[in-house]
Amino acid sequence: MKAVITGAEAVAHAVRVVNPDVISAYPITPQTHIIEKLAELSERGEIKAKFIRVEAEISAIAVVIGATAQGVRAFTATSSHGLLYMHELLHWTAGGRLPVVMAVANRAVGAPWNIWCDQQDMLSQRDTGWMQVFASSAQEAMDLIPISYLVAERTFLPVMVGLDGFILSHTAEPTELITPSEVEEFLPPPDYPLRLSHHDPFTLWPILEPNLYHRQRYDLFKDHQKALKAWKSAFKRWEEITRRGYRAVETYNTEGAKAAFITAGAVSDTVKYALDNLFKNEKVGLVKLRLFRPFPYDDIREICAPFEKVIVLDRAVSYGAEGIFSQEIRSALGGACPVQCCVISMGGKDITPEEIAAVYEKASKIPEGVVIWS
Amino acid sequence: MELKRLKEQMEPGHLACAGCGAALAMKLATKALGEKLRVVIPASCWSIIVGRHPDTTLKVPVIHSTFEVAPSIAAGIRAALDALGQKEVTVMVWAGDGSTYDIGFASLSAAAERDEDIIYVCYDNEAYMNTGIQRSSSTPYGAWTTTTPYGKRKHKKEIIEVMKAHRIPYIATATVAYPEDMIRKFKKAKEIRGFRFILVLSPCCPGWGIKESETVLISRLAVESGLFPLLEIEKGKLSITHQPSFIPVKDYIAPQKRFAALTEKDVREIEELVRQRWERLRREEA
Ligand SMILES: Cc1ncc(C[n+]2csc(CCOP(=O)(O)OP(=O)(O)O)c2C)c(N)n1
Ligand SMILES: [Mg+2]
Repeated sequence: MKAVITGAEAVAHAVRVVNPDVISAYPITPQTHIIEKLAELSERGEIKAKFIRVEAEISAIAVVIGATAQGVRAFTATSSHGLLYMHELLHWTAGGRLPVVMAVANRAVGAPWNIWCDQQDMLSQRDTGWMQVFASSAQEAMDLIPISYLVAERTFLPVMVGLDGFILSHTAEPTELITPSEVEEFLPPPDYPLRLSHHDPFTLWPILEPNLYHRQRYDLFKDHQKALKAWKSAFKRWEEITRRGYRAVETYNTEGAKAAFITAGAVSDTVKYALDNLFKNEKVGLVKLRLFRPFPYDDIREICAPFEKVIVLDRAVSYGAEGIFSQEIRSALGGACPVQCCVISMGGKDITPEEIAAVYEKASKIPEGVVIWS
Repeated sequence: MELKRLKEQMEPGHLACAGCGAALAMKLATKALGEKLRVVIPASCWSIIVGRHPDTTLKVPVIHSTFEVAPSIAAGIRAALDALGQKEVTVMVWAGDGSTYDIGFASLSAAAERDEDIIYVCYDNEAYMNTGIQRSSSTPYGAWTTTTPYGKRKHKKEIIEVMKAHRIPYIATATVAYPEDMIRKFKKAKEIRGFRFILVLSPCCPGWGIKESETVLISRLAVESGLFPLLEIEKGKLSITHQPSFIPVKDYIAPQKRFAALTEKDVREIEELVRQRWERLRREEA
């Protein structure tokens, strides 16, 4: 069944169908609609989850950590400052190997205050050990929730699902609603071997001496790498059940293209529109990064190496360096193809198709390494 | 005596300093609560005391928490246990005064306001001991710490009053010198549903400058001098569970090196605090 719903409603619908036992969250724009919807469903008894209304985001993620360590599925969502406020426990979740899934309605961070979209919130949490995927439509935001639970529960690594604040979270689009039977077929009930139990008591996360700690971190590192496979097989399985396919890296119009834009999130559609309408004389493609952690090095290399150049449209910056996606793509390509960084929009600055064309023009005139601020 | 009959949940080999009041307190608390338990421990001396992997001194499941959110982790565990139909399992937070009075104050207050079905224990050694004796808002007036080298100039936060304002079903104080009183309170707390708060005064030998053999003595003197009232507040109703003999405050202070620089005036300041506190307690009890 199709419905015209916002990205926030799409996520809430997915969570409803996945049916976790515990939800905890704290309001922040533009994520709030997700949890308002879930709070209402919980209050009306339409979902079994207990909704715990905490005093801060750090407690929301703490509740989810406690519930998951006790062996049940849990969910939270946040944005921007809420995500930053969780920072310490983001490390704790991943280090603790808890299969948590969190939706992040991507938003700029202050100061100064700004409630609109960029990806600085999530990308600044890059090194916490969470996996990261980005949606570029309400449909994708919905589908990525069960997919993320499956991967998280197979790899014992947490996942953030990023969706553009307002652009996706607040915009209604026709969306195919996922059904309980689809999710039941796709996602087995959780079974965490390390859940707390008084029949077999143990201490979770005690002090590890340096050699063992080093080893534990190595496992985390290795398991992230191995998780790439889990994502691929989850995408494939989801496609078999729903006929909606995803890839770690997706392409549009790249066959025979001499250059490509690289994006993540809803800006991809703007780029597609620009390519279709404003790039009549030149064959330029689009590479869409769906999975950011673990980073799909091989796919990026394989797809991008033939291009004469790639232009990365960044919405998160490592100050003193360049756009964060640009850095990652550059390191993946290792000189196989020039990478041009364009910071296209911070804090919700409009991105028009004409601007995409102008960026392409500009990029052809400046040397690699000079960061374009569009 | 009942104390001996109760099953031991703490095994030898903990990593506390000799004479640690907090180690003794855990031994008594877990005896009272039994094995169907979850213990949430935020950053504190107890993060160390419980043991390094693969050793653990507790025979009950333990989960380590960051410093500021132990009550929230406990709330998540509680919700999960309820979802799994394991209502009979007790969830206990075991936190220091740093977590309780300071960095975790918001999450404590919120969990109390939501009336989460957990027992929150603050083992109060009146400073950040794990990081080497720094003042907390529980450090008493006049006490030396590394960050109050000339003695703290503020009284300790009245955490019992603060918790009372949350209208939770059960509040109690206890200390290791009165083990029967402490066990009784933990057992009672176990049978009550909702948020339960127990403050356990836990002398720290290096932090307070006392001998390893003096832990129980000092905790008794704290009670008998009137500085640490043993009480219970059930659904808002206060009862004093041990009538102190009101020995001079000086007798409590003198053996502790942390109070070495106290002047006569400082002692009078503390005596005045004790007087006011008991005036209030008597009024409330009546
Ligand atoms: C966010 C954060 N800040 C600081 C610390 C360092 N730290 C660890 S334990 C501790 C003091 C704990 O004091 P308290 O709660 O009184 O327990 P005690 O050590 O006295 O048993 C501090 C400051 C930390 N772990 N986390
Ligand atoms: Mg302390």
